[in-house]
Amino acid sequence: MNEHRAMTDHTDDHVYLSLSEAPGEPEGEARWAYGTGFADPLLGVDTALPPGIDGADLAAYCLMLGDDALILAQRLIEWCTRAPELEEEVALANLALDLLGQSRQLLSRAGQADGTGRGEDEFAYWREDHEFRNVRLVEAPNGDFAYSIARLLLFSTARHALYERLASFADPVLAAVAARGVKELAYHREYAIAWTLRLGDGTPYSALRMQAGLDAVWPLLDELFTAHPVELRLGTDPAELRESVLQGLAEVITEAGLTVPVAAPMARVGGRAGRDGVHTEALGPLLAELQVVARAHPGATW
Amino acid sequence: MDAANAVNAAGAGSVAQGDRDLGDLEAHFDAVVGAEQRIEPRDWMPDAYRATLVRQIAQHAHSEIIGMQPEGNWLTRAPSLRRKAILLAKSQDEAGHGLYLYAAAETLGVDRAELTEKLISGRQKYSSIFNYPTLTYADVGVIGWLVDGAAICNQVPLCRCSYGPYARAMVRICKEESFHQRQGYELLMTLMRGTEGQRRMVQDAVDRWWWPSLMMFGPPDGDSPNTAQSMAWRIKRHTNDELRQRFVDMSVPQAEHLGVTLPDPALSWNEERGGWDFGEPDWSELKQVIKGQGPCNTERVDRRRAAHEDGAWVREAALAYAHKQQQKHQQAQQAQQQQMQQQQKQENRK
Repeated sequence: MNEHRAMTDHTDDHVYLSLSEAPGEPEGEARWAYGTGFADPLLGVDTALPPGIDGADLAAYCLMLGDDALILAQRLIEWCTRAPELEEEVALANLALDLLGQSRQLLSRAGQADGTGRGEDEFAYWREDHEFRNVRLVEAPNGDFAYSIARLLLFSTARHALYERLASFADPVLAAVAARGVKELAYHREYAIAWTLRLGDGTPYSALRMQAGLDAVWPLLDELFTAHPVELRLGTDPAELRESVLQGLAEVITEAGLTVPVAAPMARVGGRAGRDGVHTEALGPLLAELQVVARAHPGATW
Repeated sequence: MDAANAVNAAGAGSVAQGDRDLGDLEAHFDAVVGAEQRIEPRDWMPDAYRATLVRQIAQHAHSEIIGMQPEGNWLTRAPSLRRKAILLAKSQDEAGHGLYLYAAAETLGVDRAELTEKLISGRQKYSSIFNYPTLTYADVGVIGWLVDGAAICNQVPLCRCSYGPYARAMVRICKEESFHQRQGYELLMTLMRGTEGQRRMVQDAVDRWWWPSLMMFGPPDGDSPNTAQSMAWRIKRHTNDELRQRFVDMSVPQAEHLGVTLPDPALSWNEERGGWDFGEPDWSELKQVIKGQGPCNTERVDRRRAAHEDGAWVREAALAYAHKQQQKHQQAQQAQQQQMQQQQKQENRK
């Protein structure tokens, strides 16, 4: 086709002409959002399982954390084109991208740790609702901006605290995800705090809504501190985080001129909740949407 | 002479003096533009030049923001996590482009809230291409390849636009757009190597998007009354038909490489002019879509309006909070000053 490429005399065309020639990776690819390039996100990471770690437990734990990140990313994505301001479009997409990146690495790690070799997409698109291990907090519908911020405040505060600990975890892959995640979650938390303060100490109306958001989301907080046997066996009891996370939240809420909710935790179902695959009604429709195209084309590569 | 000072000089002079200075200003403006130099926000510029730029930059900014919707339609359903991340990053880039462009428009003395108001009340337009629906995931790839491709053809020459802030915004935007285009094309290559169903999906998307993409360059030159003035001002560098021809010439070999058929039986290589002959787009359809009768005009603007209106209380809260913070800061400063004054008085008494 080269003889038909007619416009080589124009200086403007370089960006377009290179397209079908595809000459390797362009410079500066690294500045694009993590994991959106053309390379495998886990390429070059040492994936051997360290001695003394039970593969099945590690896989289950990676699914718990990976599913939390995936489902919350999906909820944040729902804000896209609906955010209250363009700066918030950019910021919310940024948070979702971070969580999506964490989720991809954690799900991939689960497939390595359990010995099945399943990839991130097999976990994300081909599991049933009851096989998802996320806490119920992340699957709740977005509500208004205040509810979404309240949820983000709770999640990012707790997850930041957890990742700080996991950065020195025995599995190098999980530790690396956590070490990177600490920085990301620190920003998520800052963002959530800034909006909690703005809404709490903004107008009387915004204060009402922020309080209502916190009150509504509060019953879902406890699950983040309720240990699953897998966590206990891995020595990562989340109950140990409870006190410092609650204290951090109380400081922010008080500074915003709001009241720390006293709502009781949402009941479990026969002792089980999200970590055991027992979810709320909100997860089914979320997954139906997330999975619909992939499932319509079994065996296809995207 | 600095153009901003010249304006002051003109304002201070007599009427006759003012007229003569206005003539000087125009001559200076023409000379700067003619020498391929940049006009900057503080420089004098003809009112019509300013108005043309505001209209064009605003329309461009609106297109970035409305353009998030057709692809955003697939964000929650992207068929792999990598595709989801790619699409999300692209959507985020578009919001960022909207922000730079609104900022560039603001250097001309308008503000974002005013432009947003004009968008949601239908007084300002955005690119008609975004009034077409995205019906399968292949549309995401075809939008990257053809729609972003056509946008790049239109926008790369704008990096040399005579208005500095717009030209500089376009440099960054074009770099990102070309990455989006490459990602779109890579998606299509993957689908074409995939299942029969995926290949059909790509061809179907190409069939629907090819003609609207050609119409992105605007009406034929004979029907484009503003082109000559925009070219004289070095805002625009090529006519609509020149850019359209360039786009077709570049897209034909890419379509062949991809293995899709462009839906135009009149496409044929013209050895004599060294370009592709192609059929006439359906201009009546373009007019219909511009007039608001496109498949998605109503829902695109409604969505934008809903986001803006639903977010009003949030923006008000942020303003109120910022105001309170400022007051607290001022009060703290005043208290500090009073304290210092009192200390000073006490010192003096000693």
